[in-house]
Amino acid sequence: MGSYIVVRRLATQPKLAHAPKRKWKSVVGLEVHAQITSASKLFSGSGTAFGAPLNTSVTYFDASIPGTLPVLNRKCVESGIKTALALGCRVNEVSMFDRKHYFYADLPNGYQITQQRAALANDGLMTFPVITPGKKVYYKSVNLLQLQLEQDSGKSLHDEQLKRSLVDLNRAGVPLMELVFAPDLETGEEAASLVKELVLILRRLQTCSCKMEEGALRVDANISIHEEGAPLGVRTEVKNIGSVRSISQAISYEINRQLELVAEGGVVTNETRSWDAEHRRTVAMRDKEVLQDYRFMPEPNLPPLHVNLKPGSVSTQELISVAALSKEIPELPEHTRQRLVEHYKLNAETAIILVNEPVLLEHFLSITESLADVPTKVVTNFLINDLLTYCNKLNLDIEDYTTSDNALKDVLKALHAEQINLQAARQLIQLLHTNPTSSVSELIGQHNLQQISELSTIEAYCQQAIANQSKAVQQYQKGKSKALFAIAGEVAKLSAQKANMKIVVECLERLLKK
Amino acid sequence: MRRHLQLGIKQLTAGYINGHLSPLSVAEQALQDASSLKTLNAFVCMATDLALQQAKESAQRYADQRSLGSLDGVTIAIKDNFCTSQVPTTCASRMLQDFVPPYDATVCARLREAGAVLLGKTNLDQFAMGAGTVDSIYGPTKNIWSESFAADNWRIAGGSSGGSASAVAAGLCYAAIGSDTGGSTRNPASYCGVVGLKPTYGLCSRHGLIPLVNSMDVPGILTRSVSDCVEVLNAIAGPDALDSTTIRQPYKKLQLPEVEQIDLRSLRIGIPKEYHCDALSTEVLETWTKVADLLECAGASVRQVSLPHTAASIFVYSILNQCEVASNMARYDGIEYGHRAADERSTEQLYAQTRAEGFNQVVKTRILTGNFLLLRKNYDHYFEKALRVRRLIAEDFAKVFEASAANEQVDILLTPTTLSEAPLYKDFAALSNRDQCAVQDFCTQPANMAGIPAVSIPVRLSTAGLPLSLQLMSNSLNEQLLLTVARWIEAQVEFDCLESLQRHVASL
Repeated sequence: MGSYIVVRRLATQPKLAHAPKRKWKSVVGLEVHAQITSASKLFSGSGTAFGAPLNTSVTYFDASIPGTLPVLNRKCVESGIKTALALGCRVNEVSMFDRKHYFYADLPNGYQITQQRAALANDGLMTFPVITPGKKVYYKSVNLLQLQLEQDSGKSLHDEQLKRSLVDLNRAGVPLMELVFAPDLETGEEAASLVKELVLILRRLQTCSCKMEEGALRVDANISIHEEGAPLGVRTEVKNIGSVRSISQAISYEINRQLELVAEGGVVTNETRSWDAEHRRTVAMRDKEVLQDYRFMPEPNLPPLHVNLKPGSVSTQELISVAALSKEIPELPEHTRQRLVEHYKLNAETAIILVNEPVLLEHFLSITESLADVPTKVVTNFLINDLLTYCNKLNLDIEDYTTSDNALKDVLKALHAEQINLQAARQLIQLLHTNPTSSVSELIGQHNLQQISELSTIEAYCQQAIANQSKAVQQYQKGKSKALFAIAGEVAKLSAQKANMKIVVECLERLLKK
Repeated sequence: MRRHLQLGIKQLTAGYINGHLSPLSVAEQALQDASSLKTLNAFVCMATDLALQQAKESAQRYADQRSLGSLDGVTIAIKDNFCTSQVPTTCASRMLQDFVPPYDATVCARLREAGAVLLGKTNLDQFAMGAGTVDSIYGPTKNIWSESFAADNWRIAGGSSGGSASAVAAGLCYAAIGSDTGGSTRNPASYCGVVGLKPTYGLCSRHGLIPLVNSMDVPGILTRSVSDCVEVLNAIAGPDALDSTTIRQPYKKLQLPEVEQIDLRSLRIGIPKEYHCDALSTEVLETWTKVADLLECAGASVRQVSLPHTAASIFVYSILNQCEVASNMARYDGIEYGHRAADERSTEQLYAQTRAEGFNQVVKTRILTGNFLLLRKNYDHYFEKALRVRRLIAEDFAKVFEASAANEQVDILLTPTTLSEAPLYKDFAALSNRDQCAVQDFCTQPANMAGIPAVSIPVRLSTAGLPLSLQLMSNSLNEQLLLTVARWIEAQVEFDCLESLQRHVASL
């Protein structure tokens, strides 16, 4: 067993030593729990702020004090409906709440109030771009089977030394939307792309913060493999996936684990596994071996939830109008992508990247609005190839690269005016990051980044470069035009990357013609 | 004999206004009487200090001529499954023996706001699971009409609101709040010879009522007269934002006509034949016939009707009850409140031990059965089927109250409340809890299935000198008619609720 783990740690992907001969298919289904952005809980008036002092956001109902009753939070229903509409669901005219029973210290009632028999909405469809590094982007559609409202549980903390369990009920009763997707996915990348798109949509709707690090969005994956043409295999469930990046890793790992297990003659068992992000592997969870019977029962304290499905209806105190809510739905990411392609003539991939990084999109829209004469291609190249690349290199979330639109505009303005060159612009991205209070013009001055466009200076550099690169000069004069790049490169080096390369090339061509 | 006990609530508060009576002396007297009649075991906890303070405040309000209305200064008792802030609320269980709720149930809050003086909390079967008030950690409640209090030869008070019924019958308070899930208010009212109202489901808030069966529980009212019952209902009824199952339309306070003005000539009374069951005692049957004749003589049309699914009701009730109990009791784990066992080796161990110690056998049996019935493989066969039969039972009532043909429609159903006079404790205790409830709730629990209002009123004494009562039922939200007819019968039969108290005067 020990060596098995070592192999896992060293290899980024498990090796397929004995790859099965027949073709295997992997099937992935996701269940997503999204905390609904709301000032108060699903059935009580207590607050929902993340990180509030322990056990301070707890009403008598949340602590299951006898005799207390749930009162449905209208705002949460509205958020659920908006989300359902944005995901193409059929909102149900009548939905109901159920009790799901299990004993756990952080579940004070001994049951969770959820929607099992008749959910808020069903039968949605999500279509989203799948981005796999090094592969062409493609679109995938996944059925959303059900969207239901339910309560979150509290949190248990186990103090191993004191042998004590402590309970924090702040999260108990926080509103959740559970989204159950059909097993229409095949790979980890598809799953990660689905979640990425879902995050974009929920953030546009402002129905969920989607902060996975705070547990506001939690993803469980059901994974199985089967031979082509055969029925679906036994599935495992992977929980505890803490980031969008982990989704892809965890699922890829689990698919490969199952493939290898089967190749070695093993059998996949129905179990719950946990993603161990540190060691990048899934591990079986010990306490989930017993098959739970949740003894579902209708929640008798909440009457059926009715909504008004009539077109053109308005919401009243008693009844929420779905038609009225549909008017509040903002432009969704896919629509934005189409708009970028049509209006700004961007190519599809560029549009996908911009939309998938809302900060980039914001910069793009703001910059193109105020710098109309800068070609959009220059702007997107700068944002994607330079800014995004810089952040990726530092493993920095683009959202954590804090700078003002104006600073980026100033860089592009200087670039467009040929005051600086692309090298300097890249350098400024880094300088703005490390000196967030300095202005672009200050930084250009301090770091002496002005582009050298003065003809006499450039000519001097060129002369020097021609002298240094005699071999390239010979080749160029023999007709190998590419050799000019080597000489131009020498100029860049001599000028500390500051020479205006357009002028350099013109100058070199002129000098070498003589 | 305390003459003021013969007064109705309105007369009592009129006495406060004109200064002939004082809330404080009435409360002091009541506390003293409760102590003298301790043998009844009506109360599990006296709220002496609170009662005296509330009575003082009430007296001050009368002195300042700013009375809160007809309940100001009226002594009341509340069943110990309603949460009362500052006063322990035990459900007569070890599990909640030390539980002091941090809030008032809506019913309690409304009574407090109306100026009522809370004397204390009354006895019940543990978590209201019973029909006799015999399964309480505080011991059984005795019926004041008992021929003797010796050994096991006394009469049970009925249940599960036996403490409340007993307190009203003994003149310890003017009104008491009970709860009614399958007859828990009407059954003890019947045995103790007082008026017991189960209002329409959703008319009175359940917020703060520790649940037995959420879909059937209603707060009940026990008083010595129908008018007193109306006074209390008017104070507690109406929508409550804290209970989503309350009826949203605003409550219009009931006003009953004077007895002389009640005209029964257009009234249609139904006698459901299925209530004429084997176990019905001759004396109850005679009483039933007698009152039907009375109504007919006064011009009402009395006819036999059929509620064909009545016999299935008790089984449906049993299934739904146990399932909801299994669910509702899941919260008692010793973590947040209530009894906590000493065994903390593991969370599971702590739960198991806490629940083993905190619940009696009746509660445990229902939890176990309910969980079995809710298993995925059993759900459709039991719970789902029970829900379907429950609908049939509700439709039985709808058919007679809302029949399209006028000659088939009735306004009020007249039935027995209990099948007999109050049984002797020794006979009752010999039965299992299941059989106790199956017999005792036969006539009462169909109304809970359908959510309709029902009232039990005492009619006469049996040859053994024990109260015999009848039940009236009406369509939902028709309390006005239900209680008008009850009031008319009350005036005809002239039952003296306090007659039994005469025998105990010596002990006071």
